[in-house]
Amino acid sequence: MSQFIQDLGKSTRTSFTKLGRSTYFLLQTISGIFSVLPRPRLLLNQMYSVGVLSFLIITISGLFVGMVLGLQGYYTLSDFGAEETLGVMVAASLVRELGPVVSALLFAGRAGSALTAEIGLMKATEQLSGMEMMAVDPVKRIISPRFLAGLISMPLLAGLFSAVGIIGGQIIGSGLLGVDEGAYWSQMQASIDFHDDIINGFIKSIVFGFVTSWIALFEGYDAIPTSEGVSRATTRTVVNSAFSILGLDFILTALMFGDH
Amino acid sequence: MQHTNNQDTLVGLFVAAGIVGLFFLAMHVSNLSSFVEEDSYTITARFENSGGLKVKSPVSAAGVKIGKVSSISFDPKTYESVVQMSIDSKYNTMPDDTTASIFTAGLLGEQYVNLEPGGSETYLKADGKIEITQSAIILEKAIGQFLFKSAEEKK
Repeated sequence: MSQFIQDLGKSTRTSFTKLGRSTYFLLQTISGIFSVLPRPRLLLNQMYSVGVLSFLIITISGLFVGMVLGLQGYYTLSDFGAEETLGVMVAASLVRELGPVVSALLFAGRAGSALTAEIGLMKATEQLSGMEMMAVDPVKRIISPRFLAGLISMPLLAGLFSAVGIIGGQIIGSGLLGVDEGAYWSQMQASIDFHDDIINGFIKSIVFGFVTSWIALFEGYDAIPTSEGVSRATTRTVVNSAFSILGLDFILTALMFGDH
Repeated sequence: MQHTNNQDTLVGLFVAAGIVGLFFLAMHVSNLSSFVEEDSYTITARFENSGGLKVKSPVSAAGVKIGKVSSISFDPKTYESVVQMSIDSKYNTMPDDTTASIFTAGLLGEQYVNLEPGGSETYLKADGKIEITQSAIILEKAIGQFLFKSAEEKK
């Protein structure tokens, strides 16, 4: 019994220590951003590996998610004779929820895991300690540019996901199922509010970009420097990111759309 | 060097595509392009009951949307619903004996204000009041009255 309580206390303490370490790490990263700004080359290289390489998976998934929404929405709405509102349904669900959430999940799987593995491997091969030996701060040189790149790329990717999804819904809805194209767009424009829907979705995607990049970079930086440790850290990145994204999404939705 | 140039181009394309996507959402999907806040004027109408009317509900005349409801409040003195509407200033020739009524559009029951112009020579000005109004038809009330009436007739 006492062994159990000891273990419980130990694991609680370990997780709080980790949370504290990650907060300290986040503050270091954010203060490191100011030394990235005068060197845009570092940021640009990371924008390539974080943003450009995620571009294809995001747009293709967006297209298919939009097409499925168009198809499923049509079947349900046509029972009520309200196919005309298909545009509203597709756009509202993409802009408010699916755009930010699904693109963040994909981003965590595509870019987050790569970041963790890269930094974990740098640590395992002692590149980070090597930098410290040369008086180069690895947080400023390695971590901060990647963090900033994730923060910038995520809203752009989420916006692309929603835009492509809405076009996908239109292809299926008015191209295949015969919903009037004018009604698809005009009903959408009448119901989707710029501030309530678009800006709130945008804020969501910034929050998700922040959290996903933070988790991915911290897990890599904090990984046990062995091949097993790196593989575990990569798994934790994907799992923790997914949990945080979905949990935060609930909180943000309750805060943003609560009074409607 | 060639490699970095290519990479820069791709990053540029990516950022441009992202901004185009966000721009598309703002202009083509949402109602941002139809904002008429600046060049509009406000008129007020008092209804006995404004039913399911909401802020941003359309205001139309002859079936054409000419403005939207900007605020709805309850007047505690007269027990009426005070509805403020902002009308596009293109349409500044509504007669001052215009009738405002609340109608229901479509199957899903979205309510809107319909303005029926009268024959007066003078026009409604900014912050003008519409004197003649017709309340929303509350379905439950109408059914209740109908049942009551048919019960009366049977006696």
